[in-house]
Amino acid sequence: MIEQLPAIQLLLTLLAAPICSMLRNGDQSWRLATLVSWASVAVAGALLHQVWDGNEISYHMGGWPPPWGIEVVVDELTAIVLLLVTLFGALVMTALRESLSTIMRHQRQSLYYTSFLLCMASLIGITLTGDAFNVFVFLEISSLATYTLIARGRDRRALTAAFRYLIMGTIGATFILIAIGFMYMLTGTLNMADLAERLPEHRDSRVLHASFAFFTVGIALKIALFPLHYWLPNAYTYAPKATTAFLAATATKVSLYVMIRFVFDVYGVEFSFQQMQLGTLLVPLSLAGILIASLTAIFQSDAKRLLAWSSVAQLGYMSLGIGLLNLNGLTASITHMFNHAMMKAGLFLALATMIYRVQSSQLTSLAGIGRTMPLTTGAFTVLGIGLIGVPFTAGFISKWYLITGALDKGWLPVAVLLIASSLMAIVYIGKMIDVMYFKPAPEEFSNVREAPMSMLIPCWIFALLTLYFGLDTRITAGLAGRVAANLLGAS
Amino acid sequence: MVTGLFNYWIVVILMMAGLYIVMSSGHLVKKIIGLNIFQTSVFIFFISMGKVSGGTAPILKDGISVFSNPLPHVLILTAIVVGVATTALGLAISVRIYEAYGTVEEDEISDMDKENRQRETSVSTVVLDKQ
Repeated sequence: MIEQLPAIQLLLTLLAAPICSMLRNGDQSWRLATLVSWASVAVAGALLHQVWDGNEISYHMGGWPPPWGIEVVVDELTAIVLLLVTLFGALVMTALRESLSTIMRHQRQSLYYTSFLLCMASLIGITLTGDAFNVFVFLEISSLATYTLIARGRDRRALTAAFRYLIMGTIGATFILIAIGFMYMLTGTLNMADLAERLPEHRDSRVLHASFAFFTVGIALKIALFPLHYWLPNAYTYAPKATTAFLAATATKVSLYVMIRFVFDVYGVEFSFQQMQLGTLLVPLSLAGILIASLTAIFQSDAKRLLAWSSVAQLGYMSLGIGLLNLNGLTASITHMFNHAMMKAGLFLALATMIYRVQSSQLTSLAGIGRTMPLTTGAFTVLGIGLIGVPFTAGFISKWYLITGALDKGWLPVAVLLIASSLMAIVYIGKMIDVMYFKPAPEEFSNVREAPMSMLIPCWIFALLTLYFGLDTRITAGLAGRVAANLLGAS
Repeated sequence: MVTGLFNYWIVVILMMAGLYIVMSSGHLVKKIIGLNIFQTSVFIFFISMGKVSGGTAPILKDGISVFSNPLPHVLILTAIVVGVATTALGLAISVRIYEAYGTVEEDEISDMDKENRQRETSVSTVVLDKQ
């Protein structure tokens, strides 16, 4: 049983998805989906426990030994990303029923849960697999599920946002497919560990250089790395309700995980950073992304769009950490991957809870909501403070490591820019909190009630986790530090 | 040089043609056609890669010693399925866009969205002024 855990992790959600689609009753399928998501969290927790302190699990799908069969590899980095996807997915799923009830007929809901589960299953698949082609297939499944999730938004602009994402996402995924094709041409293998062994002898081959270029552009599209972030703000703004929370937490983070895996493990640190100079590309682009996106966020009048732009900026922090290529920088990247997923999912969920009552994400409609929905706004404030990076919250930890990483390199201007962008975060989060607490509520919303418990509790779990991981960093920064040392040491 | 790499030249030409259509055309359905051509070029790339000249299909039978590599071909079966699903979803979304906007031209859609946003922001400034 225990040794089958990696397969169970993937199969739980993957098998529950078609069952959900067959259930006519929306409530029933929500119950099944929620149950399965929480069971996945338990499995992810068990896997994390098994690989804690640097163990590695290698599971052979169907009993075929690698490199012929498909290998599933679980190490600490995999386990933490699995925990991220399942835990935040399950929390959002718990809140989803109430959130959907206002926009969707009962019978249709089960199909929505199906897409949600498929998205979750494929993200788990991307994380688990040790086979390069599997990454492409799961990446496409997750994207297809995501497009349907976004297209279901109530505003018609959700459709154009989904279409735009479809075009960009498909180009990105096909680029990755080309990259994998080149690698296969050189080595004749698709197993990632095997590739890592065989690629170094081709390091001067133009084919490998082309492969690396295609991969970088393709995955940057998927991560929404500045300046390829074009699809993200609209997709997040018009995706329905709580779905944004799930997308913001998982999709881009898992793509980032794929990037770390390929750049550090498959292509190898030396090839990626010394021969191909990935750092020289990532650092200026990330910095530009952080500053421009933060600045854009300040001028938004729509709360969801504001948080979406903030996401682009925060993704810049993560890619900057990779570009720094030192222990603290990479630790910051991996820690922030987890912390940002948690805080942004919480923020979007709290926002969805407010929108559930006032039916608009314009800042003006959210005015004064701190008095009518004090508990939701409280959670929002805690998470917002976390995002800014105030000490004793999770956001502080990752920013601390990132700035230390920049200083280790002796890049003082980078550290100064990071602090400047934190100040911008204070401005845009402060602007929202100011509107919520200190502006008078519009008359039509002056007597909205507090949200139902099923949405409120997940919000507060996110808020409390943000505080908890600001104090106890064993699971986040502690693990990330070991993983980073490992990735860098593998060169 | 040209004849030996004939397949790969075709791949490059198709790939560029497809990408160009995706970028230049404002018609959503044409964009999907472009995307399809782009994806197909990658399929041809994989299939050419697995072909061994003079090789037969990989069947376990006496007298067959040279055969093509089946793995890339099988991979592409999966990729074709993914491509079909993407096309279907893209077309479905374009139908919905046509229902919602009455057009599938990107320029007209973005004009409508722009008007929409201006209305939204003007409403919000009016509300702010009242306060």
